[in-house]
Amino acid sequence: MLQFFQNLGHSTLARFNKLGRASFFLIHALSGFPKVAVRPRLLINQLYSVGVLSFFITTISGLFVGMVLSFQGFHILADFGAEETLGVMVAASLVRELGPVMCALLFAGRAGSALTAEIGLMKATEQLSGMEMMAIDPIHRIIAPRYLAGIIAMPILAILFSCIGVLGGHLVGVSLLGVDNGSFWGQMQAKLDFWDDIFNGVIKSIVFGCAVTWIALFEGYDTLPTSEGVSRATTRTVVNSAFAILGLDFILTTLMFGDH
Amino acid sequence: MQHSSTQDTLVGLFVASGIIGLFFLAMQISNLSSFISDDGYTVNARFQNSGGLKIKSPVSVAGVKIGQVSAIHLGDDYRAIVTIKIKNQYNKLPSDTSASIFTAGLLGEQYINLEPGGMDDYLHDNSEIDITQSAIILEQALGQFLFKKSADK
Amino acid sequence: MLTLRQLVIENTRFNLNSTVFRFNNATSFPLNMDISNQSNDTLVAINQLTFYRGDRLIFDNISLQFQRGKITAIMGPSGTGKTTLLKLIGGQLSPKQGSVVVDGHNVHQIERTQLYQLRKKMGMLFQSGALLTDMSVYDNVAFPLREHTHLSESMIRSLVLMKLQAVGLRGARDLMPSELSGGMARRVALARAIVLDPMMIMYDEPFTGQDPISLGVLLHLIKSLNTTLGLTSIIVSHDVRETSAIADYIYIIDNGKIIDHGTPTQIQQSESEWVQQFINGDMDGPVHFHYPAPDYVDDLLSYAT
Repeated sequence: MLQFFQNLGHSTLARFNKLGRASFFLIHALSGFPKVAVRPRLLINQLYSVGVLSFFITTISGLFVGMVLSFQGFHILADFGAEETLGVMVAASLVRELGPVMCALLFAGRAGSALTAEIGLMKATEQLSGMEMMAIDPIHRIIAPRYLAGIIAMPILAILFSCIGVLGGHLVGVSLLGVDNGSFWGQMQAKLDFWDDIFNGVIKSIVFGCAVTWIALFEGYDTLPTSEGVSRATTRTVVNSAFAILGLDFILTTLMFGDH
Repeated sequence: MQHSSTQDTLVGLFVASGIIGLFFLAMQISNLSSFISDDGYTVNARFQNSGGLKIKSPVSVAGVKIGQVSAIHLGDDYRAIVTIKIKNQYNKLPSDTSASIFTAGLLGEQYINLEPGGMDDYLHDNSEIDITQSAIILEQALGQFLFKKSADK
Repeated sequence: MLTLRQLVIENTRFNLNSTVFRFNNATSFPLNMDISNQSNDTLVAINQLTFYRGDRLIFDNISLQFQRGKITAIMGPSGTGKTTLLKLIGGQLSPKQGSVVVDGHNVHQIERTQLYQLRKKMGMLFQSGALLTDMSVYDNVAFPLREHTHLSESMIRSLVLMKLQAVGLRGARDLMPSELSGGMARRVALARAIVLDPMMIMYDEPFTGQDPISLGVLLHLIKSLNTTLGLTSIIVSHDVRETSAIADYIYIIDNGKIIDHGTPTQIQQSESEWVQQFINGDMDGPVHFHYPAPDYVDDLLSYAT
């Protein structure tokens, strides 16, 4: 019994310790942002690997999510004779929830794990250490541009996810199931508000971008410099990111849409 | 570093597609377009009861959306004055067009349906729709029905 | 443009010097630079240093001196924290007690910016080379220049080609690190380490896992760079023969303590049995072949009873 509490205390302390290190890491990385602004090339390279390379998985997923949403929604709404509101249903669920959340989960799997593996391998092969010995701060030179790129790429991907999702929903709803084109768009426009729905969705995705990229980079930076350590860190990135996304989503949704 | 120019292009396209996407969401999916596209003329219709009509409720002719409700006030005669904004391309509505408040489906939201009349002159900015039919309030209709039933006995 | 001309001139002079990198004259290393007037003062001094990793004692109150312009080797069995010592000198780790003084600066007490200034003057060659995997050989060598200087691209090019020529890999400039053999990667890393013209280089196990030819190349490079560039070299290694061939002074460390130190010849004649076993690679001696265990015969028969 005593052993149990001892273990509990130990792991709690270890967790706090890690959180503290992650916070210092975050502050250190943020302090490197001005340096990135001076050298946009570093940012462009990272936007490519974080954003452009996640483009296809995001848009394809968005298309299918939109199509399935439309298909399922149609059958439920048709029971109430409210097929016209299909557009509202598809667009609202995409823009408010599915776009930011699904996209962030995909981002954690695609870009987040890649970032952890990359940084972890750089640590394991002494590249980060080597940079320090060349008097180059690896957190400013390597981490900061990746972090900024993650924060920028995430909302763009979420917006694209929602757009393609709505188009997919339109494809199934209007072209396949025969919902009226005019009411599909019209109801959507009547019901969705730019600031309440779309802007809030973008805010969500920016928050997710900050969280996922932070987790991914810190796990990579904090990994044990062995191949086993890197592979474990990669798994931790995906799992912790998923928890962070879902937890943050609940908090943000309550704050944003709670009064409706 | 040799591939940096294609990389630049792709990153540029990526960011541009994000901006276009946001623009698409704003214009096509949300109501932002209604604040910007100001072209259209307004007509007023007086209803005994505007029911669940709201600002931005659709206005349609034969099921085609031609405009939306832009304001609802209470008039001097305790009737609801509903201001409708109709897109400029639909400027051939006869002046004796009638307006009714319908419900989309059983539980759907309410909208205004315009029924074109047969006059030769058309509705224009600030003209009034005289023939209106108020929203059917479900409770009222049910009450009337039950009342009539019991009266019949 | 005058500076560029000077560079080119320097470059050609360097090429002349680099004739010493050929191996037909293996045993003699001409001293091209006059470094004798500095040879007696200490560049790096480690004073009474104690370091723990977790709860494990790595260094127990050790003191070492590294002379300017000399090659000093630190030897000892694997796992004695030789790499840790280099990281302590570079300021990447902090000791529990004691100090590390490099060129008059206490590495662990100066400010971060000063430490970074100091590190520009310290090259380090990692065991794996630590080349940046997403850049070509050329960009790797140019990396410190691009990060720390505002030199024009043509100047950077001259400097990079000069350093690559010095390690004999000017022709490999467009290869990616993944296409290099281990020895070549170390040579590229060496070119990168000297590209900012440091005052000292630290080598972390430079000879481990090299074939005889690469080994020969590295030995020559370390020795000749030391003399031509007037560098101070610190080599951490457990390859006794190779290291003694080029080192001016040797420290032998085991169990967190300095067992012996002296010139290679003094070490050869060391009275310590442990040192004799270590440098000769004897199978049995103070370090036993057998891990501590109960008596063999007893152990074998114990199951039967």
